[in-house]
Amino acid sequence: MTKQTVAQGSGLLLLLAVAAVFPLVFTNPTATNFAVVTLVFVAVASAWNIFSGFSGYLSLGHAVFYGTGAYFLTVAANDWKLSAGAIFWLVPLAGLAAAVIAAPRGLVALRVRRHTFVVITIAFFFIAQLSASNLSVTGGSSGMLVPQPNWAGATFNNPFYYVALVIAVATIVLAWLVRRSRFGLQLRAIRDDEDRAAGLGVRAMPVKLAALVLSAFITGMAGAVWVYFTGEAVPQFVFDPLFDLAIVLMAFFGGLGTVAGPVLGALVLQPAQLWLNLEETNSYSSEILFGALFLVVILFLPRGVLPTGAEYLSKAQAWIRRRRAAPGETAREPAAGADDAITPTSAPGGAA
Amino acid sequence: MGTEIAHAIADGILGGGVYALMAAGLTLVFGVLDIINVAQGILVVLGAYLSYVLSVHLHIDLLVGLLITVPAMFVIGVVIYWLFIRTLRGAERTSMTLLACFAVALIIEGVLYREFGSNYVSLNAWYVNQSVHILGFYLADIYLIGFGLAVAAVVVLYLILYRTTFGRAVRATMQNQTAARLIGIDVNRVAALTFGIGVAVTAIGGMVYGSITSFTPNSGYDLISRLLAIVILAGMGSIGGALAAAVFMTTIEALVDIWQPDWSIVVFYLAMVIVLTFRPQGLFGRHAVRAQ
Repeated sequence: MTKQTVAQGSGLLLLLAVAAVFPLVFTNPTATNFAVVTLVFVAVASAWNIFSGFSGYLSLGHAVFYGTGAYFLTVAANDWKLSAGAIFWLVPLAGLAAAVIAAPRGLVALRVRRHTFVVITIAFFFIAQLSASNLSVTGGSSGMLVPQPNWAGATFNNPFYYVALVIAVATIVLAWLVRRSRFGLQLRAIRDDEDRAAGLGVRAMPVKLAALVLSAFITGMAGAVWVYFTGEAVPQFVFDPLFDLAIVLMAFFGGLGTVAGPVLGALVLQPAQLWLNLEETNSYSSEILFGALFLVVILFLPRGVLPTGAEYLSKAQAWIRRRRAAPGETAREPAAGADDAITPTSAPGGAA
Repeated sequence: MGTEIAHAIADGILGGGVYALMAAGLTLVFGVLDIINVAQGILVVLGAYLSYVLSVHLHIDLLVGLLITVPAMFVIGVVIYWLFIRTLRGAERTSMTLLACFAVALIIEGVLYREFGSNYVSLNAWYVNQSVHILGFYLADIYLIGFGLAVAAVVVLYLILYRTTFGRAVRATMQNQTAARLIGIDVNRVAALTFGIGVAVTAIGGMVYGSITSFTPNSGYDLISRLLAIVILAGMGSIGGALAAAVFMTTIEALVDIWQPDWSIVVFYLAMVIVLTFRPQGLFGRHAVRAQ
C-alpha cells in the first residue's frame, strides 16, 4: 500500500516536473501553442467532470461559462486599458463572472433532472450565443480583439503556458480533494439515486449548485486564458457547440467521474484535434472522425479507457490467481460468481 | 400596425405547423424510447438535401419526391436505431443515447459538408414563390402547403397511434415497457419502428423548411435548439403539447420580429426559462421526471 502510494506520488511529481520544463525544452512555438490549448482543456474537462461526472447531471452548456469568462476578460481589458501582464489578473475575476452567471442558471436548471436538464443546458447555451452576437457590449457578431502583449515571438507562449499550467494543476488537485471529501460523497450519492440521497439527509440543491458554481468558476478562468491567448472573441468560436461536446468526449474517453480520466482524455484528444486541424484543410473530416470516435467510445468503452482498462486488468489478475490456486475445472464455477461481485465496484485504479 | 400584427400571427400559425410536425417526431421518440434524438435537427437538413438532390438532379417535383424521401428517412432512422442506440443499456442509458445521437449528428453534418459544401441552397418548385390573397392577407403558397402537409402528417401519426394494433403496442410500450414485454409485445421492434417514424417526419419537415428558408449543413443547430425548446416547453412526451408549443413559438417569434428582429428567438427561449422556473414539467407534461 505505502509502496504504491510512493510510486504514484513520485510518478505524479515526475509528470509535474516534465510539465514545468516543457516549454524550455520544446521551444518550437507550434509545440507550446498546442501545449497551452491542451492545458486549458485539461482544466475545463476536469472542471466539467467535477460537476457532471460526480453528480451525474450531464451539462452540455459549459461553453456558457467559458464564453462568459472569455468576454469578461476581453471587455475589461479593452475598457480598463490594462498593461499586458496586468491582464492576467483579470483571469480570476473572469472566473467569478462565470460563477455569478452559473448561480441563477443552476437554480432554474437544477430543478429538473436527466434529459430535461441536458436540454435546458443546451437552450441556455443558445441564449448565450445569440446574446453575444446581438449585444453591443460584446461587439456583436463580428466580435472583439483582445489587446496583445508585444513579447518576443520565441517565448511569447510561455507566460500563457504557465498560467494555464497553474490552473490545470489546481483543478486536478481540487477534483481529487472533492472526490475524497464528504462533499464529493454527497455528489456521488446524488448521481446514484437523488431521492434516496435526499432521504438520507443530503441537501441536494445546495450541493449540486455548489458543484456547478465551482465548475463554472474554473471554466470561466480557462476561457479567459484561452481568449487572451488567441487574441479575439467571436461569438461562434467562444460559444461553440463542438466545445461542449469535446469536453464531454474527453471525460467519457478517459473515464467519467474519475480524477485522472478527463485529464487523460484532454491530453490525448486535444493535441490530436489540433494536429488534425493543421494537417487537414477541410474541417468536415475532423468532424466525421470526431463523431465516429465518440460512437466507438460510447458503444465499446462506455466507462472510459481507464476504468475499462483497469477492469480488464483486474479480471486478468483474478484469472491468473485462479489458475495458480486450482488448476482444474472444478474451481471455475464459484470463482466466476465471485468475479462478478468484484468487477462492478468500478475499478479503484481509475480513481487515482 | 394592426395588419402587421395580424399578418405576423397568420405567418406564425402557418409556420408553426411544420415545426409542430418535426417536434412531434422528437417527442414521440422520447415518449416511447426515453431518448432525446438530438440528431433530429440535422436529419431535417438531410431530408431537405435529399429533396434538393431529387429536384435539381433528377427533376422530380418536391411533393412527388416525398414519396421517395419519406421512406428513405424512415429507413435511415431504423438503421441509426439498430446500429447505435439499441445496444445501449444500463443506468447511464439516457445520457449515452443522447450523446450517441449527437455523435451521429456530427457525422451526418460532416458528410453533408463534404458533399454539398457550406453554400446556402434552397428548394424550388413552381409553387414556392407564389402567394394567394385570402381575407386581405397575401399568404405564401408554400406556407399553406407546408401547413397542410404538417396537419395531414400529424393526422396520419394520430391514426397510426390510436387506430392500429401497432399504435396500441407503441402506447403500451410508452406506458410500461416491462408490462408490454410481458403481454408479448416485441419492444425492440416497436422501438425501432417508432424511431423510424420519428425520423421519417423530417423528410416532410426538411422539404418545407428548405422551401421557406435557404439552408446549409450548419442549419441543424438552429433547428435542433428550437425543436428542443418546443418539446421542453410543451412537456416531454406530449404530442399535443408539442403542436401547441410550436405554434406559440413561431407566433411569438413573428410578433417580436416586427420590432426587434435580432432578439425574436431569444424571447422564445426566455419564455421557456420562465415557464420552467414555475412549472418544471413543462406546460403539458405529466411529471417533471420519469421514475428512475
